[in-house]
Amino acid sequence: MITLDDTDRMILRALARDATLSAGALGRQLGLSQPATWRRIKRLTEAGALAGRRLVLDQAALGFGVTVFLGVTLATKGRVSLEDFERAVTAIPEVQTVQHVLGLYDYRLRVVARDLPDFERVLRRRIMTLPGVGQVDANVLLSEDRRPGPL
Amino acid sequence: MLTDDTDRRILRHLQADPAQPMAALARRAGVTEATASRRLERLRQRGILKGQEAVIDWRKLGWEVEVSLRITLDKTNPHAFDEFTAAARLVPEVLEIQSFLGRVDMRLRIVARDMAHYQGIYRSRILTLPHIADIEALMHIAEIKRGEALPL
Repeated sequence: MITLDDTDRMILRALARDATLSAGALGRQLGLSQPATWRRIKRLTEAGALAGRRLVLDQAALGFGVTVFLGVTLATKGRVSLEDFERAVTAIPEVQTVQHVLGLYDYRLRVVARDLPDFERVLRRRIMTLPGVGQVDANVLLSEDRRPGPL
Repeated sequence: MLTDDTDRRILRHLQADPAQPMAALARRAGVTEATASRRLERLRQRGILKGQEAVIDWRKLGWEVEVSLRITLDKTNPHAFDEFTAAARLVPEVLEIQSFLGRVDMRLRIVARDMAHYQGIYRSRILTLPHIADIEALMHIAEIKRGEALPL
């Protein structure tokens, strides 16, 4: 685990908003030199705290009108290995995230589709045919708010 | 259509590696560097490419516990959604707030340093949120696929 000071926290907050900021531009915002800022970013990256970048896209404008969260319970625990299910589910392009969870479900999936008929196609042809899949519970996303987190 | 095949191809390759230089992106997408720059600029101007954000690995920062809380609200109050959301935004450990059409109404993704810390947040900050009718918790064990890439 990496320990952070206030400057590290400000750097993480700024990059979480805009990852394209250069070390020079970020340093000017924080009153740090470009090399000092660069060294801190390098340390945060090497520690794995900065784990890459994500594009922020207008999904609807790109034709993806529907996002659905699925809770999946495996039917045949033990007989079908978790690895088989995980390998098959991660290969589905419409499945954006897969989390192994403990609770009411075994896996939580985030699925994107063009519209509800397209989602139904993905659900029937790709999700329900996964090895070991049992019950599937669906919740259609209406709105989403991402927060900066405890920095 | 708002975008054509070339736009989508450029975005697909950029999505796979957002930090790559323009020259590498243009080569992979099979266009000239000038075309790639112009197309990205147009996608930005039209608000389709909104930007890039750094992904923070909270576990590496010592936030070991991650939980999805699925919440059903008391819908007899017409302000339940708005008041719940406004109050949840004030809890620093909340990373995502989603609202749904389905079996549950809301989901909060929260992080905590350890189980004792989680218990404290749950009791003092979550159970005190307004209009909660029911809560289910899912403890995250592992991220199998991440990044939220679109199938462009």
